[in-house]
Amino acid sequence: MTTRTPLRPLARILLARQQGESPDAIERENLRLRHEAVRDRARGRAEFRLLVLAFGFLVIFGTIGARMGVLAATEPVEPIASARGAEIVAQRADITDRNGRILATNMSTHALYAHPKDMVDPARVAAELAGIFPELDAAKLARHFTDGRSFMWVRKVLSPEQMQKVHEIGDPGLLFGPREVRLYPNGTLAAHVLGGASFGVEGVHSAEVIGTAGIEKAMDARLRDPAQGGKPLQLSIDLSIQATIEEVLAAGIVMMNAKAGAAILMDVHTGEILSLASLPTFDPNDRPNPILPKDAEPGDSPLFNRAVQGVYELGSTFKIFAVAQAMELGLMGPATLVDANAPMKWGKYRIKEFQGKNYGPLLSVTDVIVKSSNVGTASIALMIGPLRQQAFLKSLGFFEPTPVELVEAPGAKPLIPKKWPEIVTITTSYGHGMSASPLHLAAAYAAIANGGVLLKPTLLKVNGPVSGTRVMSEKVARASISMLREVVTHGTASLAEVKGYLVAGKTGTADKPKKTGGYYQDKVINTFASMFPANDPKYVLIVTLDEPVETSGPEPRRTAGWTSVPVSAEITRRIAPLLGLRPQVEPSALNAITTASSE
Amino acid sequence: MRPVIYVFSFLAVIALGFWAYRENYATQAGLRDVTALQQEIGRLREALAIQRAEWAYLNRPDRLRELAALNFDRLGLLPMEPAQFGLPDSVAYPPPTILPPIDVPTELSGTIGENDL
Repeated sequence: MTTRTPLRPLARILLARQQGESPDAIERENLRLRHEAVRDRARGRAEFRLLVLAFGFLVIFGTIGARMGVLAATEPVEPIASARGAEIVAQRADITDRNGRILATNMSTHALYAHPKDMVDPARVAAELAGIFPELDAAKLARHFTDGRSFMWVRKVLSPEQMQKVHEIGDPGLLFGPREVRLYPNGTLAAHVLGGASFGVEGVHSAEVIGTAGIEKAMDARLRDPAQGGKPLQLSIDLSIQATIEEVLAAGIVMMNAKAGAAILMDVHTGEILSLASLPTFDPNDRPNPILPKDAEPGDSPLFNRAVQGVYELGSTFKIFAVAQAMELGLMGPATLVDANAPMKWGKYRIKEFQGKNYGPLLSVTDVIVKSSNVGTASIALMIGPLRQQAFLKSLGFFEPTPVELVEAPGAKPLIPKKWPEIVTITTSYGHGMSASPLHLAAAYAAIANGGVLLKPTLLKVNGPVSGTRVMSEKVARASISMLREVVTHGTASLAEVKGYLVAGKTGTADKPKKTGGYYQDKVINTFASMFPANDPKYVLIVTLDEPVETSGPEPRRTAGWTSVPVSAEITRRIAPLLGLRPQVEPSALNAITTASSE
Repeated sequence: MRPVIYVFSFLAVIALGFWAYRENYATQAGLRDVTALQQEIGRLREALAIQRAEWAYLNRPDRLRELAALNFDRLGLLPMEPAQFGLPDSVAYPPPTILPPIDVPTELSGTIGENDL
């Protein structure tokens, strides 16, 4: 620090006074000098600050400029702020049975495509490819490879072995695209439920997998929904039971010389379909596309789902609905006698019994069901009347397609007569004149079995209670079940008895209608609708055989009691243990015991 | 005093810059690891799906039925039947356990109270 000069140095003041000068001039001079020094210092500091500021600006703008230059000159890269979630899901959700066993899943594989312009030796590639894939034609491939196209699909799906062989050809013009294919590990099992899947929009890097039939198509949106996170779709089908039913039904078709068959097992308290079988069947992994002859029925295709699409006259299985309605309306009880004097004349029509029998003149309502009397049922139906009959059948769901989750279901509309004169009332009461699918019948029988509540049949596993609409009182349902039980104990379905499982049910035999009108004499559809155990029904089983004939006797038998019923009994015997049902001793009827005091 | 503060603040800025630089690179390395791990998870899930499919394929009812028939000699497996349900009263009681004989005499002593009589 410089020494501070005093403003009025004494020596100079004294000298100035001696010489007669003003000492104030000295003070001003010193003050001026001092101010100049202060000013110089301040300027120096300000200059330095400006310099620092300029340098700072230079650095900052230089950095920004450099960064902008770098950004402009480099490839843009998306900045990663955080890691992605760990959701890596397959394109399409799996389908499992009710116990979580896989019915449909995905498998990653590859598609083969070609860039012919990159090929080194198209002729050799074509020859070698034809060697690997027998369905390809070498000459045709070679022609396609050399006609100037730059892209060509060779095969949609390759197995790993085939892919390795294609690698070994070693041509740069052959390329692989990743693919997910739908795999049905159980083969033909539950094929009609699952339907099938194929590719939608196809690209080199991926391809859409879309459902083509069955539940794959009906639930396509759910299966492809990314929000579900690949959560498997759980069906109500039970794999073991489905396998058993298909096995027994296939054997039954062979034994009964039938053309085809269908079976439905339904839980009566939830409406869940535990098994839905239709034979003949197909392999959904390799869904066929059969070309049928012109005069063929749709049922001749293996793709036809008889249980849902097979709209047939269901025969005498309908009789219980007329009886149940009559009891519901309070017109009669199980012991009421009705007119059953065959043949019944109605206008120009004659209503006959099976083989021209006559069970009349009077028959109790229970015996109408047990003996399967057409005339008795007709009398009951006439008491009910057409309007009420229609309303009741409608409430049981017979006028609408079944609401089950299959894409085929909405198309399978029941065939309802356009007009409903009294003769239709009569024929409908014993299951002729109107047609419905076995699934309709299963839902309606389940309504009787569970005490009178119609539930929506479903193929999806139900968690928790379900609600339905009440179609008859519990008392009427109970009475109907005991009538159906008597059909098995001493009626037309005596072969249905499975010891310990108290089967109750009703047979139905309907002649097949000709395309040209009228009915075939020797072609029938036999149905057996059953429920078990009768004291507390848990399951409904419908078995339908198409054109069966039982030939063990002296003459061929075509009634349900000889064809569908034994098949149904064998199915019940096999599946009841799988359902966890123990055989039980039949409880004796309550009214068999009367206390002495009440007499 | 002020120069000291300046020096320390400069050092602090350098230290923080160094720390931020390291953190940046550690984060980037972490993200790369996570991506690699997710790719591995994806591969493993794919493998798992294949194995599940194979398990389902090997356990398809048709095949099990054929295997049961082929190995009937050894396994004797038959379809389940109603008669196979057992009843609780057909299960035998366990045999009575025979207590070891008392060879060594043991002295027992006690008092009998008035209430026991």
